[in-house]
Amino acid sequence: MKVIVTVIGKDKPGIIAKVSTALAQNNVNIEDISQTIMQGNFTMLMQCDIEKASLTLKGLKSALLSLGEEIGVSIHVQHEDIFNAMHKI
Amino acid sequence: MLNRKEILETIDMVEKEHFDVRTITMGISLLPCVREDAKTTAELCYDRICQKAEKIVKVASDLEAEYGIPIINKRVSITPASLLTSSFCGKEVTLAKALDRAAKTVGVDFLGGYSALVQKGMTSYERSFIESIPEALAVTDRMCSSVNVGSSKAGINMDAVRLMGEIIKATAEKTKERDGFGCAKLVVFCNAVEDNPFMAGAFHGLSEGETVINVGVSGPGVVHHALKSMKGASVDEIAETIKKTAFKITRAGQLIAKEASKRLNAEFGIVDLSLAPTPVMGDSVAHILEEIGLDSVGGHGTTAALAMLNDAVKKGGVMASSNVGGLSGAFIPVSEDIGMIRAAEKGAISLSKLEAMTCVCSVGIDMVAVPGDTPATTLAGMIADEAAIGMINNKTTAVRVIPVPNKGVGDTVEFGGLLGTAPIMEVSPYGCSSFINRGGRMPAPIHSNKN
Repeated sequence: MKVIVTVIGKDKPGIIAKVSTALAQNNVNIEDISQTIMQGNFTMLMQCDIEKASLTLKGLKSALLSLGEEIGVSIHVQHEDIFNAMHKI
Repeated sequence: MLNRKEILETIDMVEKEHFDVRTITMGISLLPCVREDAKTTAELCYDRICQKAEKIVKVASDLEAEYGIPIINKRVSITPASLLTSSFCGKEVTLAKALDRAAKTVGVDFLGGYSALVQKGMTSYERSFIESIPEALAVTDRMCSSVNVGSSKAGINMDAVRLMGEIIKATAEKTKERDGFGCAKLVVFCNAVEDNPFMAGAFHGLSEGETVINVGVSGPGVVHHALKSMKGASVDEIAETIKKTAFKITRAGQLIAKEASKRLNAEFGIVDLSLAPTPVMGDSVAHILEEIGLDSVGGHGTTAALAMLNDAVKKGGVMASSNVGGLSGAFIPVSEDIGMIRAAEKGAISLSKLEAMTCVCSVGIDMVAVPGDTPATTLAGMIADEAAIGMINNKTTAVRVIPVPNKGVGDTVEFGGLLGTAPIMEVSPYGCSSFINRGGRMPAPIHSNKN
């Protein structure tokens, strides 16, 4: 299953490192990544494959949610189909 | 890789604009459960609902987690119950209790379909069933009831209209310690649809399959937000933006509906494109109309703005879903929409204006509280007016009105949760009892003869 991980919050050093470490620890493969600063906010989008992940999607969501709280950013994990459905004809 | 702007737009819709899937409703045919006695029928219905809808809450929670779109309600709709009770007249409430118990066991928010379809004629068992509604709504918590009293094809059953005026009064009286709350779960239709996922009017029509998933999307907040940046834009530009927004939210609903039906081993029925408000700030249909340019919903221009909104939502939604159905339009329930509540409080909206609005949008006089001493025949008059609008214009209309016992204009009634708060609205002091008491059947309009 392909998911989109979205990380939004106040910029500071180490966000990419911490999020990608957490993904690696759970055997989630990052296939594409894009990061920028939008209106002063750190904004990162990652397309990930969770086929071989050691956690279920729900488990991964809650792991990243607590990581997000720890480093002060909001992290969403969503199946990529929702974006395809809403924005592609 | 997906477009960044699009991903963030979806996230903002959920986080800031209250975008959600309002309901996943499983329609279940209960015809195989009919037996001669009330107890056995009730037990079989209970078992069948529990078996078919066993996983609905879990599947909804899984989908919510996977797609990141909140799914607010899980519901069940059933075969109109008047078709199940013909052999045990007088004992219908036994079935009502079992249905309510089933709703609680599977964990759904509401179960709809304690219903009768009497638009042309009313059998003795249907009359007995309708007479059981006040008691049935008083002794249950999650069960909803509806009665269809007219259609464009059959005309309006004025005997049923008169009876429903009395039934609404009796329901309010039976639930008077909760300000007539039972009436919030009772809707009277003209041209009721068989695949409506929304309450209180959902039932599983006779032409439906065995188990069907119907999904109702929502998103007044998303539409409102999209219009905020359009100050000074022309009406056709506004309509275009609403269309595009409706397309996106319906696509999300379509995806959820397809997945839900697959996982629940049910047929995919329809996506209902209604804009359904909640009493929460930022989730109001009235505020969309005000964003379009009205000083207050209820003023002149309201009907026109609503007509455009309703039509644009449908146009966007129709292209987004393979099967569109249900009510599909903007809802204007007074107590469930913060903008409507405010307008009613300051006297900006009247029952007459609401009636005009129902000519161009979904449903009708919805969640309106009126004085407790409103005569049953006046309530029947309201029903007749709405049914006439529906019958003549080939559309669904409805009345869900609460004559709040011992309260009058100036009082407010609090239903809580999604049902909200309703200021009691003034009804016309001029009655129509002689008209209503004539009874009989209003013939179908000339344009029903299409063959």
